[in-house]
Amino acid sequence: MASNEEEILREVTDSDYKFGFTTNIDSDKVEKGLNEDIIRLISAKKNEPEWLLEFRLEAFEQWKKMEEPDWAHVNYEKPDFQDIHYYAAPQPKKKLDSLDEVDPELLDTFNKLGISIDEQKRLTGVAVDIVMDSVSVATTFKEKLAELGIIFCSFSEAVQNHPELVRKYMGTIVPKTDNFYAALNSAVFTDGSFAYIPKGVKCPMELSTYFRINEAQTGQFERTLVVADKGSYVSYLEGCTAPMRDENQLHAAVVELVALDDAEIKYSTVQNWYPGDKNGHGGIFNFVTKRGLCERNAKISWTQVETGSAVTWKYPSCVLKGDNSVGEFYSVAVTNNFQQADTGTKMIHIGANTKSTIISKGISAGRSHNSYRGLVKINKNARHARNFSQCDSLLMGDRCGAHTFPYIETENSTAKVEHEATTSKIGEDQIFYCLQRGISEEKAISLIVNGYCKEVLNKLPMEFAVEAQKLLSISLEGSVG
Amino acid sequence: MLSIKDLHAEVEGKSILNGLNLEIKPGEVHAIMGPNGSGKSTLASVLAGNEAFEVTDGSVDFEGEDLLEMGPDERSHAGLFLAFQYPIEIPGVSNINFLKTAINEKREALGQEPISAKEFLAMVKEKAALVELDNKLANRSVNEGFSGGEKKRNEIFQMAMLEPKLGILDETDSGLDIDALRIVANGVNQLRSPERSFVVVTHYQRLLDYIVPDFVHVLYNGKIVRTGGKELALELEEKGYDWIKKEEDQLA
Repeated sequence: MASNEEEILREVTDSDYKFGFTTNIDSDKVEKGLNEDIIRLISAKKNEPEWLLEFRLEAFEQWKKMEEPDWAHVNYEKPDFQDIHYYAAPQPKKKLDSLDEVDPELLDTFNKLGISIDEQKRLTGVAVDIVMDSVSVATTFKEKLAELGIIFCSFSEAVQNHPELVRKYMGTIVPKTDNFYAALNSAVFTDGSFAYIPKGVKCPMELSTYFRINEAQTGQFERTLVVADKGSYVSYLEGCTAPMRDENQLHAAVVELVALDDAEIKYSTVQNWYPGDKNGHGGIFNFVTKRGLCERNAKISWTQVETGSAVTWKYPSCVLKGDNSVGEFYSVAVTNNFQQADTGTKMIHIGANTKSTIISKGISAGRSHNSYRGLVKINKNARHARNFSQCDSLLMGDRCGAHTFPYIETENSTAKVEHEATTSKIGEDQIFYCLQRGISEEKAISLIVNGYCKEVLNKLPMEFAVEAQKLLSISLEGSVG
Repeated sequence: MLSIKDLHAEVEGKSILNGLNLEIKPGEVHAIMGPNGSGKSTLASVLAGNEAFEVTDGSVDFEGEDLLEMGPDERSHAGLFLAFQYPIEIPGVSNINFLKTAINEKREALGQEPISAKEFLAMVKEKAALVELDNKLANRSVNEGFSGGEKKRNEIFQMAMLEPKLGILDETDSGLDIDALRIVANGVNQLRSPERSFVVVTHYQRLLDYIVPDFVHVLYNGKIVRTGGKELALELEEKGYDWIKKEEDQLA
């Protein structure tokens, strides 16, 4: 009995990060460091219009005056911003017309991850815009989407082909000087994704981007902009895995969502970046700014399953500007070993009859720290605004921490704000009950955790939900026992 | 089927079982009775492999295998089932999903194919009827929001689904009203067969009116101090445990 358990533990703790591999692809990389010349170089390499270069330079000017924030409940060694490559692009031999022309080694990488593009095209009808090291390599299903007037492409392509749209919306939701990391991103972002859904169009498939950090020592500064025009609908999926690295890698993305009148955006994320080893070495620093704007009757749902990264700092938010608009935030955040996460949301109610729902499920194991930080703000004109928040924490073992920092600011007395919070532990009695029924310890933890997260997992698109369940199990292997 | 020899066990340094011996043959029903604190539930927990209890001496042979060397899940795969005195709630996990996982884990351990959805659903329907379990309960989260009686019926339902060789009922009658008791006992009786054995741990003779045992054992201070047929239970019901305690304490 005892020996068996030790065996499981050993197997689990000795097993390495399953997606830890690198791909040898020639890389076009600029030298380390950050200064105006580097920014000009990035902009020139990407053949950007003058206004975009100015956007970058203004952001950089402001960034230099800003301080790295330290209010989050996380401890880490501050990155040396001069010791990072700000640009790396895989070298495409020529413009690609079909997947057959994609670097076989790259395709092999995706096969290892279980994300065969061909398979996805055939089986799931998911259009995939793959971002590998900052530059899009392949985009699929574009023609079909184009028939409906939907634009789904890399950010760089959007800058070239739809500059008016990019210029109109970029930086309007997350201003270039919004915060330290958003400013940094605005100065040096290399690529990302862009989607535009025209008036009244329901996007018939999930738009999906797989992010992947591949080049050692390359800071990743992705930028995503999704614009849903009046009365349109889109479901957008973002999922990530990264190869193992010894040194910390910085990731500071900006995601902006615009939901015009009567539009709806569902934005789902599964994040599984390298969390560092079991002793707390290495891992990704993930400092992300995600925000959406809802006009009249619009709705934005953020659903996230966060299992990776050494340090996470992330608050997908909704600005409920239009009357009757709706914001939702469904989150599962898992931390194990020495991971630290400070994540939550902001719901800013400006319009009348605006509604928001927050369901946050934190799971802490090992020596990790998991914090929920959320703001519900009801402005004075937000008559009859409503919010419901539920923040649950699940602890595994007795060396981890769960923290909840809810902030509520109400300036309108007709508003109704509800907050519920619970903290529980996975009981040894639950595990024993499962074992007695013949269910192994690993499976038992997976069952119990998935049951605990059910309300959030149910919000994910089907194929993502399956992947998310697997990730939860992998992340928590060997946490109880 | 089950052979317990000189079993000693303790919890948190306190010895609870002190040289217990018991032989169970296929098809037999053994009732374990005894006053509070005599070690009845400890015996059930030790047989199931609960880590809170440490076996300090003795041996347990189950179907020719050393039971004490097996993990609790392996014991389950080998055909041992424990109906819990206090069934555990698992929020968000449906009873159906839980059972399907359990059945397939066992099948995998035995090198069998997973059960088909059709076969599984037919089985659920058939076995739920044994304990008059509402179909809705099958779809609800494991034991969450179940009444005391529903939890106990759910335990017997799970036992029926897992088809064990040896079923251990740990005070399954506690907290049951007379109707629920009859339903539970009826379910157990339908599972009796020449191959399947039961250990019925109980305080009261009442349950044994419905599940008629082949043997009744009285546990006191961690040992079996009396063994008899079903009439021993009636005698205990009439006279209580004091006379046994007195005799045993004098011997000691």
